Amino acid sequence: MKRKKLGQGYSKWGYIFSLPFVIAFLIFSLYPILYTAVIGFTDLKGLGMTDIHFLADDPFRNFKTILSNATFQTAFKNTVIMWILNFIPQIALALLLAAWFTDKRSTVKGQGVFKVLFYMPNIITAATVAILFKSLFDYPMSPMNDLVMSLGISDKPIQFLISKNVSRAIVIFIQFWMWYGYTMVVLTSGILGISPEIFEAAEVDGANRWQTFWQITIPNIKTILLFTLVTSLIGGLNMFDIPKLFMLGGPDNATTTTSVFIYNQAFSGSYMYNRAAAASMIMFVIIVILSALMFWLMRDKDEEKVQRQIRQQQKAYKARQKELQREAKAAAVAASSSVTDGKEEA
Amino acid sequence: MLNNKSNQIMKVVIYVVCILLAILSIFPFWIMFMNATRSTTEIQQHAISFLPSGYLLNNLKILLGKSFNPAVGFTNSIIISVGATGLAVYFSTLTAYALVVYDWKLKKPFFSFIMAVMMIPAQVTMIGFYQMVYKIGMTNSLSMLILPSIAAPSMVFFMRQYMYPALSMEIIQSARIDGAGEFRIFNTIALPIMKPAIATQAIFTFVSSWNNLFTPLVLLTDQKKYTMPIMVSLLRGDIYKTEYGSVYLGLALTVLPLIVVYLILSKYIIAGVALGSVKG
Repeated sequence: MKRKKLGQGYSKWGYIFSLPFVIAFLIFSLYPILYTAVIGFTDLKGLGMTDIHFLADDPFRNFKTILSNATFQTAFKNTVIMWILNFIPQIALALLLAAWFTDKRSTVKGQGVFKVLFYMPNIITAATVAILFKSLFDYPMSPMNDLVMSLGISDKPIQFLISKNVSRAIVIFIQFWMWYGYTMVVLTSGILGISPEIFEAAEVDGANRWQTFWQITIPNIKTILLFTLVTSLIGGLNMFDIPKLFMLGGPDNATTTTSVFIYNQAFSGSYMYNRAAAASMIMFVIIVILSALMFWLMRDKDEEKVQRQIRQQQKAYKARQKELQREAKAAAVAASSSVTDGKEEA
Repeated sequence: MLNNKSNQIMKVVIYVVCILLAILSIFPFWIMFMNATRSTTEIQQHAISFLPSGYLLNNLKILLGKSFNPAVGFTNSIIISVGATGLAVYFSTLTAYALVVYDWKLKKPFFSFIMAVMMIPAQVTMIGFYQMVYKIGMTNSLSMLILPSIAAPSMVFFMRQYMYPALSMEIIQSARIDGAGEFRIFNTIALPIMKPAIATQAIFTFVSSWNNLFTPLVLLTDQKKYTMPIMVSLLRGDIYKTEYGSVYLGLALTVLPLIVVYLILSKYIIAGVALGSVKG
């Protein structure tokens, strides 16, 4: 209310101060999104081409081509598999570490140092990390092969990166390795945000660590878990730097993600901007639907509960009102004789 | 007694896991730094070494003799990251100020809009962005990597959340009575109050701008405009195929400044991650 009063006469400044943001957003975000969508319906291809011609005979041709394209299907499968297989261990380890670091019954000494080290891979340039891991697993001579031979696991160097599964596993590991520290810090701050009294009460009630974790910690950080899930999913569906530079999407497209596919379609080979744009729009729609769905799923349950409670309270309130009215009527009849007393009191 | 014993075991497990993970974080970088100082022959004989050797300068000579130019990459990345961070921080705070301090008709819809577009990743808009930039002939202009950060929806959201409790309307009102203009009030009163939030957001914007590969890879074709991540990607090329020591040195050169800055600022960075998640 106070803010409203003070803002009077100054409202034009609200528009003026948000103008740079709006202009930059229109030029650098909104226009490119719409332009990308438009290009998806044209025949725009070839390096340096900018003239667009709409596909009059079949407007959705690019979309159909992309959806039936074997490489796109593989890329999409890879992206989903690599995200899921890195996210599950990542969130599990992050939760475990967060639970350990926030446990009041036994504090972990040196957790500041551990946090700093666990988070470190996250700030290192992903491009560098990708090429570093390529060097670590290279053939014939690399640190990994050195290790394998020194430990006597194999007497010949192994061509790790020729295998589709090994390459994919390494990309998954890199993603996991770069992000579990971040997730751990986020979840730790979430757990620290829970009122300590709840934990104390649980301890008094004799709950063990396991019960405390599942019955108190997890339900109380639901929102932050959702936040982590959505941001990780959107990041995962756009995975580019690591797969692009680690094995250039190979071997045999085993680590090609949709972003690598889009890049390769648009900026190499025959420069198929139209198909890349169609693929981008497909990914865009998937991301929007998924994040909206997840917000809806998580939010709905709590809100429904609140709504139900409100409805019940309203019902109870109405019933009480009726009761009161009835009582008041009865009282009015009885009180008509003692009206004068009331007046005197007033 | 029993509880105590299981607690002891638990503690050992926790420390073992934490130490293993800590080693996992350090090991790849340690190998990289050591191999950066070793000759290709040494690496071919034994690729793992925990101690440095004396071929650092030799590796550097080979590295710089080819297309890898860390000075150029460094300069361009600095220009882009500093520019992008400065613009993002200033204009996001300004937009948040408009949302917190003033009362205007479109304020609520505008804020809902910011929330809605917060999640849109830049990558899905890249084809349209590239075509637009190509049409105006700016593909090799660093400004195209800097100016878009004026509109950073998630940062506006963060700044608004931080500003609401931090900024008191009484101070603004008394500055107005003293005759200060709205821009001056923002620059001299609001910005200093927002310093902690600005510092956190600046670090993250700087790092993500520094590490960005996708946009520069799409836009830049001129070698003189290459950023650090693109320089790094050159190390994957055939010209460095047998020069193991130089490749490790090249990687090390891009990692070293980041690790140094990180270790100095780690406290704030980790606090920033925690803060961002709670507020966002």
